Amino acid sequence: MYTVSLTSLLLAVLVIGGVYFYLGQRWGARQWLASVKLHSLPRYYGFWAGMVAAVPALLLLVSLSLADDFLFKSMLKDFYPDDVINGGGVARAIAFTQVMNFVEGIHFGAPESWVREAGDAWVGWQRVADRVIAVITIGCALVAGFFAFRQINPSFRARNGVERIILWALIASSTIAILTTIGIVLSVLFESIRFFKLVPIQDFIFGLEWNPQFEGAERAGSGGGTATYGMLPMFVGTFLISFVALTVAVPVGLFSAIYLAEYASHRTRSVVKPLLEILAGVPTVVYGFFAALTVAPFIRAVGASFGVEVASESALAAGLVMGVMIIPFISSLSDDVINAVPQSLRDAAYGLGSTKSEAIRQVVLPSALPGIVAAIILAVSRAIGETMIVVMAAGLAANLSFNPLDAVTTVTSQIVTILVGDQEFESAKTLSAFALALVLIIITLGLNFFALQVVKRYREQYD
Amino acid sequence: MIDSNTSGALTPEETAIRVAATLKRRGFSERRFRYLGVGAITLALCFLVFLFAGILSKGIPGMFQHYVTLEVMLDKERMDPKGDMSVGSLYSGDAVSLVGEALLRTLGDPEGRKDKRAARSILSSGSALRLTEFALKHPELIGQRVPVKLAVDDDIDSFMRGFISRDTPESDRRLSDRTIEFVDVLNQASLISYEFSDYLFLGSASRNAEIAGIKGALMGSIWTLGVCLLIAFPLGVATAVYLEEIAPKNRMTEIIEININNLAAVPSVVFGIMGLAIFIIAFGLPRSIPLVGGIVLALMTLPTIIISSRASIRAVPPSIRDAALAIGASKMQTILHHVIPPALPGMLTGTIIGMAQALGETAPLLMIGMVAFIVDVPGGVVEPATALPVQIFMWADFAERMFIQKTSAAIIVLLAFLITMNAGAIILRKKLERRWL
Repeated sequence: MYTVSLTSLLLAVLVIGGVYFYLGQRWGARQWLASVKLHSLPRYYGFWAGMVAAVPALLLLVSLSLADDFLFKSMLKDFYPDDVINGGGVARAIAFTQVMNFVEGIHFGAPESWVREAGDAWVGWQRVADRVIAVITIGCALVAGFFAFRQINPSFRARNGVERIILWALIASSTIAILTTIGIVLSVLFESIRFFKLVPIQDFIFGLEWNPQFEGAERAGSGGGTATYGMLPMFVGTFLISFVALTVAVPVGLFSAIYLAEYASHRTRSVVKPLLEILAGVPTVVYGFFAALTVAPFIRAVGASFGVEVASESALAAGLVMGVMIIPFISSLSDDVINAVPQSLRDAAYGLGSTKSEAIRQVVLPSALPGIVAAIILAVSRAIGETMIVVMAAGLAANLSFNPLDAVTTVTSQIVTILVGDQEFESAKTLSAFALALVLIIITLGLNFFALQVVKRYREQYD
Repeated sequence: MIDSNTSGALTPEETAIRVAATLKRRGFSERRFRYLGVGAITLALCFLVFLFAGILSKGIPGMFQHYVTLEVMLDKERMDPKGDMSVGSLYSGDAVSLVGEALLRTLGDPEGRKDKRAARSILSSGSALRLTEFALKHPELIGQRVPVKLAVDDDIDSFMRGFISRDTPESDRRLSDRTIEFVDVLNQASLISYEFSDYLFLGSASRNAEIAGIKGALMGSIWTLGVCLLIAFPLGVATAVYLEEIAPKNRMTEIIEININNLAAVPSVVFGIMGLAIFIIAFGLPRSIPLVGGIVLALMTLPTIIISSRASIRAVPPSIRDAALAIGASKMQTILHHVIPPALPGMLTGTIIGMAQALGETAPLLMIGMVAFIVDVPGGVVEPATALPVQIFMWADFAERMFIQKTSAAIIVLLAFLITMNAGAIILRKKLERRWL
């Protein structure tokens, strides 16, 4: 069985584009040598022919190869037995997986006859589709290139054409940011809406118990407990860990920033600032490992020596390490803000006889306050979205507790626990992760927006 | 003061006395404030030192491990049952019993099942495979008795490092007394050596700590970063060029800018969820492949690259553009030939920093399934793979003592890559960046 692979098709299209570039450029160069007056430089004729040949063909190739699976998926429906069709999304997802496994050659026992038929049909379609796509894209490249090359004549505005293509490519690239945002919002929103159909939204927001583990048991009807989806315990856990992190990061970060901005010599500053920024560059998985392996046992031992029971995965350990991680966010941002305070304000304070620290406390800090608050808000947003440290060090127990010595869980660590490994896409448990992600996005973007507003106000005062 | 004048204002002398009275307190509070700053910086740097000391103290020993050198008879018939020296034939050979016999012979042929089992537990379960690979590399040695260096089991390794004490009662220990006696025999014959672990860089994922390595994860990271770079760099530069040089100041541009800022604030795990929902569920791409991982990381690092690229484009003085336009270059020619080249070092610096971020990122890769146990080294962007930080995350979960060291060693490798990339970015900036007057 021979199938044309995507890579070789891609190469083929690029080679065709290259050939047309060469042809166009050679044509231009000959005219040039023959002293014919050309509108554009010779290479633009080449670029025009090559781009017209390759760009639409590449777009076609990518969209066709993405589209064919959708088409086949809907065509598979004819093969499903009635109970699968009536069985809703779950049954269809299972049936589809069965067919895919058959196609890949993974069988557990003899597959049912309809699976075999559907699988064979799928392989057949795939083979046809591969050839059709190959013919279409290569044909498109050849034909488009041919017409572009025929279009060329000395008064043809090749440069303008090429620049138009580049301009559209630039515009298309800059819309990726919008598309990504839309993608994030839609992917999370759709699944969340499906989740809220299964679990009422007020139960989710105000529920005091988080217990999705019973989902399977409930579905199997074996009893043993009901799955509950109240997000408050995680919300409290997230808040608790972020609070611990901030009690470390805000004083350390702020005082470091003040010292670096106001007291430190240029040399100290140029050494210390990059050193502090290393803390932000260390991957979070390393912090998680450090928290779980070194900090948590240390806190437990200290607690034991005072006769205090500390959970082996405590909010304190995760929070402390997270605090270290966000020190540079606070120190760097605050440092910038403090430096932005006009020197005239300090000079005025000195002129009135204040000491350096009095000037800082009573003049510089109050005027830098909005910026510092914004820095802290951004650090909070960072702490709430942080994942690996809490996954590795804070545990999974959804306790509704305000005690930093208890094990708590966070929104991000629950998302990871639910979505890592095997999951059924239709279950309330899986969908709940998307609802949590929605909450996470709303909170972090809200904080970000709030911080921007604070900064905007601050700017208005000075400029 | 005692005799203040009638208007209520203080005379200069009185002010001086009042101020002088407060000077000591104010000086003290000045010094205290300063010390607080020094203290905060010291504390932050202490955290840094602790972090690195903790990782290095565990990770550097983790780069080494114990090996035992045995005289193994590379019996032709048993190594190569088909007799054609083909790969398939060697892999179907009976290297297991050859290794076992060599070990038992070295230990003076102990009798009894229990003793034999105790002896065999010294060697790593990957020893037979290592012997086969050795034979594949040195086919000329087959039929001879040659010294072969084999890894010891991770419990023996921990024992050699002193983490398992022989004073612990046998029932509480992972090693039997008999095994320890055998280890002593080997040790006295100085057959056990402590060397740089070749498994760390050349071994693939394994549940056995002594033969586990990061090769597969490292290749996975390289493929993922490759995809990420190919997508993020062109897109980021193109977006930056469009926004800085071409875009009209209108609503659309404003929306794009707001979106970029928002994307920079979205937690990385959310990008993973988007990757799961769009590329895996909706587009039906397979799980665990570097292609999807690279796309997700590219979207995540895009804001970093766009922001730094915009800054470096802005740093190109307008006079350059004016000069190009004045001698008849078109707008696009000005941008392509006169704005992008001088801005390129800054763009590359931002890209390298973005790539370093992507290299350390774990959470989004967990979401798209790059967390599977994958033994094969990935050979392309559509083969199942894992990545270095994910491997660290997985190893951190294993309870074996030796995995802690291996994890720390893997972290050192990851940090070394990150430091190299960041240092590269700094050097690039210093070397190539042009200072405009």
